[in-house]
Amino acid sequence: MTHFTKLLSASVLALTAGMASAQTDITVAIQLEPPNLDPTGGAAQAIDSVLYSNVFEGLTRFMADGSVVPGLAASWDISEDGLTYTFTLQSGVMFHDGTTMDAEDVKFSLDRARAEDSTNAQKGLFADIADVTVIDPATIAVTLAQPNGSFLFNMAWGDAVIVAPESIETIASNPIGTGAFTFTDWVQGDRLELTRNDAYWGDAPALESATFRFISDPTAAFAAVMAEDVDAFVGFPAPENLPQFEADPRFQVLVGNTEGETILSMNNQMPPFDNVLVRQAVSLAIDRQAIIDGAMFGYGTPIGTHFAPHNPDYVDLIENSSHNPDRARELLAEAGFADGFTTTLKLPPPSYARRGGEIIAAQLREVGITAEISNLEWAQWLEDVFKAKDFGMSIVSHTEPMDIGIYANPDYYFQYDNIVFQAVMEKLNTTTDPDMRSELMAAAQTLISEDYVNGYLFQLAVPTVAKAGLNGLWLDQPTAAVDLTGVSWSE
Amino acid sequence: MIRFAAKRLLSLILSLIAASIVIFAVIEVIPGDPASFMLGVNARADTLDALRDQMGLNDPLPLRYINWIGGMLTGDFGTSWTYKTPVADLINDRIWVSLPLAIYALLLSTLIAFPAGIIAASRRGGPADISIMGATQLGVAIPNFWFAMILVLVFAINLRWFSAGGFPGWDNPALALKSLTLPAIALALPQAAILARVMRSSLLDNLGEDYIRTARAKGLTRRQALWRHAVRNALIPVLTIIGLQFSFLLAGGIIIEQVFFLPGLGRLIFQSISARDLIVVESVVMLLVFVVIVVNFAVDLAYATVDPRLRAKS
Repeated sequence: MTHFTKLLSASVLALTAGMASAQTDITVAIQLEPPNLDPTGGAAQAIDSVLYSNVFEGLTRFMADGSVVPGLAASWDISEDGLTYTFTLQSGVMFHDGTTMDAEDVKFSLDRARAEDSTNAQKGLFADIADVTVIDPATIAVTLAQPNGSFLFNMAWGDAVIVAPESIETIASNPIGTGAFTFTDWVQGDRLELTRNDAYWGDAPALESATFRFISDPTAAFAAVMAEDVDAFVGFPAPENLPQFEADPRFQVLVGNTEGETILSMNNQMPPFDNVLVRQAVSLAIDRQAIIDGAMFGYGTPIGTHFAPHNPDYVDLIENSSHNPDRARELLAEAGFADGFTTTLKLPPPSYARRGGEIIAAQLREVGITAEISNLEWAQWLEDVFKAKDFGMSIVSHTEPMDIGIYANPDYYFQYDNIVFQAVMEKLNTTTDPDMRSELMAAAQTLISEDYVNGYLFQLAVPTVAKAGLNGLWLDQPTAAVDLTGVSWSE
Repeated sequence: MIRFAAKRLLSLILSLIAASIVIFAVIEVIPGDPASFMLGVNARADTLDALRDQMGLNDPLPLRYINWIGGMLTGDFGTSWTYKTPVADLINDRIWVSLPLAIYALLLSTLIAFPAGIIAASRRGGPADISIMGATQLGVAIPNFWFAMILVLVFAINLRWFSAGGFPGWDNPALALKSLTLPAIALALPQAAILARVMRSSLLDNLGEDYIRTARAKGLTRRQALWRHAVRNALIPVLTIIGLQFSFLLAGGIIIEQVFFLPGLGRLIFQSISARDLIVVESVVMLLVFVVIVVNFAVDLAYATVDPRLRAKS
């Protein structure tokens, strides 16, 4: 190669790189619009989708693989008895309004979340905190009432982010955090805009600005991606369209896991589901793969217990309830329901429930169980099923991370009441030794699987469709988040 | 004329009061607790109670009705529970999408329907009439959301002339109008089809009347008689339909707003209902009722202007 051609190709390369690297903005679509922008005052996942890690940060944080790493806390010491956590905060952290973030803000945030009049949707995360003491502006000590093995994990949730007393009044419409992006504008119903925070304490993100758009209709979502109105759609609502995007070189499709264990929940206190034989029969009557294929177009990982399969502590218990309609009929006969029975199947709006419900009803009919389907809105589902416990069966994806603890609460809507299980969970909560914790989690998973508390279906998948050349989006969703801090355009 | 207007005004006020009671009652009996919707499945009982207190949900019903009505009369629509912003601001943002869209669609539908209806009527039985009537038959039969999807497929995905949805705001009016064009067409065509059929049949009725024969006898051509006399008389049923259509376009854009993800009133109601943001639902529905009733009032007055007989009767 001559010098001239080398030079030429180098300058062409430089030129094209210069042209292509122009894109430092992104338009991301998600299905639901956040109702407001206060992650500490509501359960809506869309709030975290937009703000988690981008605008707000906590003492610890989730990484894309679900691990918990230091966030605003640079490091911490745990006392011998496991009761006192002394956090050393990152230095030079500023809120977006220019005020400094120090131990007083951490105390304010934690005290506010656990206060009597707190409206934090995950107040339970803070329940074990007995005292929060500021040692100096960069050091804070949190004392627990009892050892809590998941305390650092709890502090990584979007509901535990650090907020400032100076800006708390208007947090719902003008969120002021410490993250790599500042909130700039929100045209309600249409879009929300973020801009890079040049005073960010950590590594500067590659993107200069980001726009979130909210498109819930599956057809509109398809059109928006195809017309390239959006650069990425996280949580694409129409799995049936994914093969079309996969075949199109303009796009890449990422199918990741969520923390959503999708279950056929059964009312454990209501006959006939108070009989373990009946619950086992229902579990065996279900063909998981048929549901995954039929309702989710093949996307989703089968589960045999209430635990995320990508978690290192997951135990594969699918064999306990592999599809066996003949055995299901025998079990029903043994339980005194040789002719089957009739019950209700109350379904919330998501398509996994509505489509899955039809398939499950058909599968149950095979063994003689008649499930009368009724479709409910979320608000109605919360009232009828969750609160009043007026249901036989339901289908729900439980999306909170590490939520097997709900089985220890006999008042929780499926009303599983097992002293042995409750003891295991109590032990787990106060155990900090990792090996011991793994053992206890395995025991807990096995107990609920062998008790057939619910029908365990699949781990909900989250499909993301993005333009080719976009890198760094999270594949999995260990928590609801569209973390843009590591996102960049290639070339 | 004044007595006529006063009578209509009184019935307008009574309708509004009745509507407010019905809206409040219906929304109160919808099952679902707004507080538990906001806080989700992990909420504790004390947190729920704290939030209910904050939202005023623990107050007795009549007190809440009076607070609501009293607030609206003084221009205070309350604060949205989920958005945590004043309802008036929410409505103000959204109405600048829904209202222009409704007007845009109504203009398009009128601009299509009037000529189509008049041509069809004046060439009754001819090829123009048959093809126009065939087209309107199709227009009435096709649901607007399906038509909207076809428009998106052709003009946004394949031709890339328009974006598939969304609304950029009025900072750039040309861009804003452009983004409302596909939705307006989708809304307008089925309405135009209905309007054209009404225009045609109303004109044909009038063309058979004695006064047209008199006009022809006076020496007017068929066309002159049509334009000077028949069209004006045919307008009464057409005005009724236009009034109804405007109300429909303003409130009924829900599905079209969903297809084009436009931040309009319809989508606001839709989201608020599923989030049980009752205060927003109540206020927006009340506002729409108000608009519908006022439009009907205006249509009544317009009749009286077009047709002096109505004034005389009252």
